[in-house]
Amino acid sequence: MSTKLPGVDVLLVGFGWTGAIMAEQLTQSGLKVLALEAGRARNTDPDFAYTQVHDELRYGIRQGLMMDPAKEAMSFRHNPDEPSLPVRHWGSFLPGTGVGGAGVHWNGQTYRFLPTDFQIKSNTIQRYGAKAIPDGMTIQDWGVSYDELEPHFNTFEYLCGVSGKAGNLNGVIQPGGNPFEGRRSQEYPTPPQKMHAAGKMFGAAASGLGYHPFPQPSSNLSQPYKNPLGVQQGACAYCGYCERYACEMYAKSSPQTTILPVLTKRPNFELRTGARVTKVNLDSTGKRAVSVSYVNQQGNEFEQPAELVILCAFILWNVRLLLLSGIGKPYDYRSGDGVIGKNYAYQMTTRIDAFFKDKPMNPFMGSGALGMIVDDFNGDNFDHSGLGFIGGGYIGLLSTGTRPIEQQPVPDGTPAWGSGFKKALKDGYPHSAYILTHGGVMSYRDSFLDLDPTYKDAWGQPLLRMTFDFHDNEHKMSDYLTDKAVDIAKAMNPSAMKVSRRHGPYDITAYQTTHNTGGAIMGANPRDSAVNRYLQSWDVPNVFVMGASAFPQNHGYNPTDTLAALAYFSAKAIREQYLPNPGPLVRA
Amino acid sequence: MSEPTRRSLLTSTAFVALGAALPGLPVLAVVAPAVADTPTPIPEAYGFFTPAEAAFIDAATARIIPTDAEGPGAHEAGVVTFIDRQLNGDYGRAVKWYMQGPYGKSADGQGYQSSFTPAEAYRAAIKATDDYCRNTYQGNGFADLTPDQQDSTLKAMETDGIEIPGIGSKDFFNSLLRQNTLEGFFSDPLYGGNRDMVGWRMIGFPGARGDFVDYMDTSDQPYPLPPVGVEGHREMQMRDPNSTETK
Repeated sequence: MSTKLPGVDVLLVGFGWTGAIMAEQLTQSGLKVLALEAGRARNTDPDFAYTQVHDELRYGIRQGLMMDPAKEAMSFRHNPDEPSLPVRHWGSFLPGTGVGGAGVHWNGQTYRFLPTDFQIKSNTIQRYGAKAIPDGMTIQDWGVSYDELEPHFNTFEYLCGVSGKAGNLNGVIQPGGNPFEGRRSQEYPTPPQKMHAAGKMFGAAASGLGYHPFPQPSSNLSQPYKNPLGVQQGACAYCGYCERYACEMYAKSSPQTTILPVLTKRPNFELRTGARVTKVNLDSTGKRAVSVSYVNQQGNEFEQPAELVILCAFILWNVRLLLLSGIGKPYDYRSGDGVIGKNYAYQMTTRIDAFFKDKPMNPFMGSGALGMIVDDFNGDNFDHSGLGFIGGGYIGLLSTGTRPIEQQPVPDGTPAWGSGFKKALKDGYPHSAYILTHGGVMSYRDSFLDLDPTYKDAWGQPLLRMTFDFHDNEHKMSDYLTDKAVDIAKAMNPSAMKVSRRHGPYDITAYQTTHNTGGAIMGANPRDSAVNRYLQSWDVPNVFVMGASAFPQNHGYNPTDTLAALAYFSAKAIREQYLPNPGPLVRA
Repeated sequence: MSEPTRRSLLTSTAFVALGAALPGLPVLAVVAPAVADTPTPIPEAYGFFTPAEAAFIDAATARIIPTDAEGPGAHEAGVVTFIDRQLNGDYGRAVKWYMQGPYGKSADGQGYQSSFTPAEAYRAAIKATDDYCRNTYQGNGFADLTPDQQDSTLKAMETDGIEIPGIGSKDFFNSLLRQNTLEGFFSDPLYGGNRDMVGWRMIGFPGARGDFVDYMDTSDQPYPLPPVGVEGHREMQMRDPNSTETK
């Protein structure tokens, strides 16, 4: 039934950020690169044209840019004793589909993980002792350092034209930037965006408390920018339709606005859409990938041979494809053995709505990554002694555009409906601003991904099953961050507030963040990790696995800059080490 | 509709209330009474609801966002029309939801697990709630109750106090009825609700407008322009308050 096609040098599964980066990097080496994207072809013109992209019901609520759960969903349970049930429509996170992947509907926050994040386990033991890591927490060092990734962060930021202000230029702290960030070799390519009045108020309040506010690094560009590939981007119009939406202005960096125009002109690149990969096929030894199987939109099956297979799908589907293909040993939470599916992690967010009854706050103005941030309580930027938790996150006043179906800012004590609700919303909305806390989630023995025994997708393959809940460490971390955020909010002198903490079990229906991580983690040896420091499978060396599936735990920042830097780091290793001498890049 | 007299009563109450609230309102709201003087008629034809079901949903959504001294509510916004169209399309049929069984009982946080599509859930919930009302209020269905009785009924629904075969009444209230009411009040008028942009104008949301770059430096000053829908020119729907012409 399956049609066997002519082989290629490199096959990319998925064409979001990491797929586009790998395609650009590896076509440079003269390789024939084929990307298979399950979703559809789409581009700024005509697919993201104004005005139709500014439709909250279609995109924000009915999830017009997201994967179709009727075809492929996943299942979820809080712990191994709870029956798993399907996620019938997306809620807590929003996996994208189509060319550009989640790089089309993201907000554009472009943070480098902190230097200490990459050494969290050894750093924690060194600074607080081994007892600071509770039983059942399975954090690991990444196997790569910030300094090794620095040039690659820089490459991605210059690709996107990120708007921001450096806080640490070659070791010298810069006023106005984030003093806690790792050393940068260059200033941001473009200056910060125009700050919303609410962000300025937050910045003044945070400074008054002795904190160090800085403008959030943003891939919604403050000015037109031509990147090193020669691709021209536009300037942000602060329309407030970013996350869950595509940008009509060429101002939010995406694979389409930064790489694709160059890539499509290279004759050794092909992008095939509507091609859903169902399996990576191994040879009889199980140590070498020979091809992938995929189904096109008409339901026809193909076998596509390739010398090198690189998984570039969203983290959940990378892990699922490894499990479906029998690459690496599946993780068993009982014994702790196995690696595929291990250390699934997430993030924990809380929100404070602040109201200023005499001030127009115009909460609809902004952009996905516009905000004023303090990093004083992120990572290991502060002393955790006696606090009872490790990790942290950022606190920010974000002006992302408060769209009213998704968000109805009302003060604490407001009823959920009726005249009281209506009046509170009418009075509250125009005078509202919100502060977010955005904290990391550690990895745990009982938080993992595997295949569901019951539920199947439209092609008859088992759904991915997520087993996850928040742990004590994260509840303490989040309450601590939220307390600090409340202090800043109060210093802004609001007339009313609403503090939304996150207590109780994880709720997969309420949107929190699409920063899912882990399941195919990187590390120093094959016992503890699925891929080595170059994101190469320990078990099948001609398979590489990109993306946040490699994060051994999750930290305080948004993941895109870090997963992009890892992709560039991996591409360099493939070009300089793997191609001359194909095989394992790290000896097990 | 089953109760034309009640509807006109409701509507005229709205005008009185709105007119009373007029002095001192900001610029955007000043336009609202002119719109309300010549309301777009509620269509009598529905694609999914029966007339009795439509009367139920019109009444229920009008308790969630009431017509009151603060201005027009779900009724004037045409929320019932919005929900009817949604239920008659992909959303109502759960075309993009994973609907394969088995249907287990959901723990807190595991989300919607009913085998009902949204359209099926509405039909079942309306019937069960009307039965509950007839038992509780001397044979009257929901649409015939006083506003206080309607509020009590919705509170019972919100706290799982009404037995709906196939879906919990709390789930129905929160994830469908209340959610869809907000959608109908605040979505683009293209979808049949938020008529004359009453939802957007209530909170000063400019709709589909796409460029605030010139206003960022004064983002703590009043924004001067009225809302626009995705059919951009429809801002012209906001008629001159001095005009007596109908559309």
